[in-house]
Amino acid sequence: MLRRSILKIGAAFALAATFGTVAQAELDGPVNYIIPFGPGGESDISARLQQPYFKDKFGEDLVVSYQPGGGGAVGWASLNGLNGNGQTIMGVNLPHIIIQPAQKAVGFTTEDLNTFYMFHFTPDAIVVAADSPYETLADLVDDAKANPGQVTMSGSGKASANHLAQIKFDKMTGARTTYVPFKGTGASVTALLGNQVKAQWGYTTVGATQGEAVRLLAVAMEERHPLFPDVPTFKELGYDMVGGAYRGIALPNTASAETTKMWSDMIGEINADPAFRQKMLDGGFALLDVNADDMDDFIAARTEEYLADAREAGLIN
Amino acid sequence: MEFGHFLSALTPLNLGLALFGVIAGTVVGSIPGLTATMALAVLVPITFSMEPASALILLGAIYTGAIYGGAYSAILLNTPGTPSAIATTFDGYPMAKRGDGDLAVALACFASVFGGMVGAIALLFLAPPLSKVALAFGPVEYFWLSVFGLSLIASLSDGNLAKGLAGGAFGMILSTVGVAEISADIRLTFGSQVLIGGFGVVGALIGLYCIPVLIDLVAVPDRHLKVEDDVKSVRIGEAYRIAMKSKFNLVRSSVIGTVVGILPGAGGSVAGLVAYSEAKRTAKPGQKFGEGEPDGILATESANNATVGGGFIPTLVLGIPGTPPDAIVLGALLIQGVRTGPSMFSQSGSIVYTFIYGLIIATILMLPAGLLIGRYAYKSIVSIPKAVLVPAVGFMTIIGTFAIHNSVSDVFIMLSLGVFGWVVARFGFKASPIVLGLILGPIAEQGFVQGWTIGAATNNLLGMFFGRPISQGILAFTLITLFLPLFLERKHRKTARKTNQ
Repeated sequence: MLRRSILKIGAAFALAATFGTVAQAELDGPVNYIIPFGPGGESDISARLQQPYFKDKFGEDLVVSYQPGGGGAVGWASLNGLNGNGQTIMGVNLPHIIIQPAQKAVGFTTEDLNTFYMFHFTPDAIVVAADSPYETLADLVDDAKANPGQVTMSGSGKASANHLAQIKFDKMTGARTTYVPFKGTGASVTALLGNQVKAQWGYTTVGATQGEAVRLLAVAMEERHPLFPDVPTFKELGYDMVGGAYRGIALPNTASAETTKMWSDMIGEINADPAFRQKMLDGGFALLDVNADDMDDFIAARTEEYLADAREAGLIN
Repeated sequence: MEFGHFLSALTPLNLGLALFGVIAGTVVGSIPGLTATMALAVLVPITFSMEPASALILLGAIYTGAIYGGAYSAILLNTPGTPSAIATTFDGYPMAKRGDGDLAVALACFASVFGGMVGAIALLFLAPPLSKVALAFGPVEYFWLSVFGLSLIASLSDGNLAKGLAGGAFGMILSTVGVAEISADIRLTFGSQVLIGGFGVVGALIGLYCIPVLIDLVAVPDRHLKVEDDVKSVRIGEAYRIAMKSKFNLVRSSVIGTVVGILPGAGGSVAGLVAYSEAKRTAKPGQKFGEGEPDGILATESANNATVGGGFIPTLVLGIPGTPPDAIVLGALLIQGVRTGPSMFSQSGSIVYTFIYGLIIATILMLPAGLLIGRYAYKSIVSIPKAVLVPAVGFMTIIGTFAIHNSVSDVFIMLSLGVFGWVVARFGFKASPIVLGLILGPIAEQGFVQGWTIGAATNNLLGMFFGRPISQGILAFTLITLFLPLFLERKHRKTARKTNQ
């Protein structure tokens, strides 16, 4: 009898302890938010926009630091070696974390990364300078068909979201454009504004920062972006293109399920804040809510699409 | 109207932020490995709750202070605290060696304030027209600019061109290691994950410059720097007279710095090197660059601080950051809800002008603050016994390198490069050509690949590389820099032979 009571008490303790750990998944001081790129890019800007809301809602500082190298690969390869106690998180980007490991051994695989939330994407857009002769998307496509290869388009990096969009669009239209890779969106916009290229594969964010200096010809969204009510979607113009560069956050894979859930909920809460949403939209971003539970399906769907496009273009074997 | 902005920059809060920023920046900049970019990244959240103009003043002051602070370690330890102070080591360290370190620090301060003022004034009055320079530079122009930069190797390696070129080529090969910036290829890593990020410039600077100095300090019994017995303070009066005599050098270098600063992707290191080589090319007889010539410090330090104001021109006018610290400032502005770009000067004029006046005030404050910190830095470096100096600096190099990526392998790469640099220095190979190749290699490669892609697509390769006016101008300067010394030397030899006969 006594033994049974002891067992019961023990079980109660064990149960309490289990619940205890659930409740214990909480922040303990400032959080290190690593961006595996340099400052000023879309990854940095969106992390900086989250910063004040995080502090407001959860009381801790979100300290953004930059660890550029290898197009993000250096950071992602180091992520799982970091402490999984929930005090360190890292930005992740699609298609990078899918394309890079498919190309070569980069020290991580897509599945290695404990990505717990995708919180926005920057929709692909074709951008031209304000004084460009291309008034509509049709102007650009006609020119590219009449002069194969002569329409030069800048973009950020190779085998990147911009590059994959260019490959896909060329295939859809049957036109041939020339893709010129630059180091980041900033350099690619500079080339556009300086008339070094005829058009740019950029994002809606370029339209937000450059304002009247540029014109968007089309955006790769289901519906028009609220910031650019006059810019048609590719779909409206008859091209089935929706997508862009997706950005999310990952924890080291040693993080417990509770910690992962806590983080997924916290980022979701920031994403639900109307003021945050407005700031993101004003910056040209498009919000996205893929939480930890839906992540595997989301990554699998994107992987299939990216790898098919990349393989066809000869970017991977 | 403009005067009102000047007054709002003069509030006690803004003045205090400017002073704090300059001091904090100078200290951060003087430590190799800690960069202006890092300091700004950490401080950005503090600025969320500030008025946009005050936030900008703080960030701008830290930035300009850090660029100046890089000179201390360049002069006193032969190690550039920031990449922009590379050319400061050429004459600064020889001056310190012979006991003129205090003079060199004061010269660096005057030059930095002068250059900073020229850059800030260009930002104030000429920003919209000057921003067009950033757009006029296409891939091919960057390619030729980096070739021009590489031609400096010829003038840096007096008498030993072959070894200089070998060092430059080695540096360029190092720069290709890892994931290629624009083609995403993984190169020369030999299957190793350690090398995937490549050789970073800051780590290489610490390794190649600082480690050999530390090894020599231990290997040689002499004092680190020669000290005059009567050293009392930084020789401000003397420095002022030298700076006044070199007015033309200061103005030319500041203009070079401002223009290079406007070019996104070039930055303070290129500006300092270009200004240095121009000062050297136009040297008066009797000036010995590379052996402790004050004009070398004046050129580099005025040019690199001029890039601060210059870099803000495309950042504010076009929304295109000129340098990584500018990119952080741009991000901070976006979060404040200030739209940069073409309409900023008209829509957010009061913020912009208050900031520019704040930057000017911070630059002026750098004069007293810089001289004071410089005096302290000099005194502590010369008076510390070697047994303390070497471990302290050695510790800083490791912490500084680790801080870049929180990566231990970076520290090993840095140390290996350091030992390598010390060994090859025995055989007459200097660190500077290697670092030059490392910095300029990627700029040259990207410009070449992009220029070639565009040229091939439009069936105009020849016109692309040789037909554009700016490219032709840079090419002409490159040829002059390369062949003028050879020509003069031959002429000199001929006259010498004649007089002998």
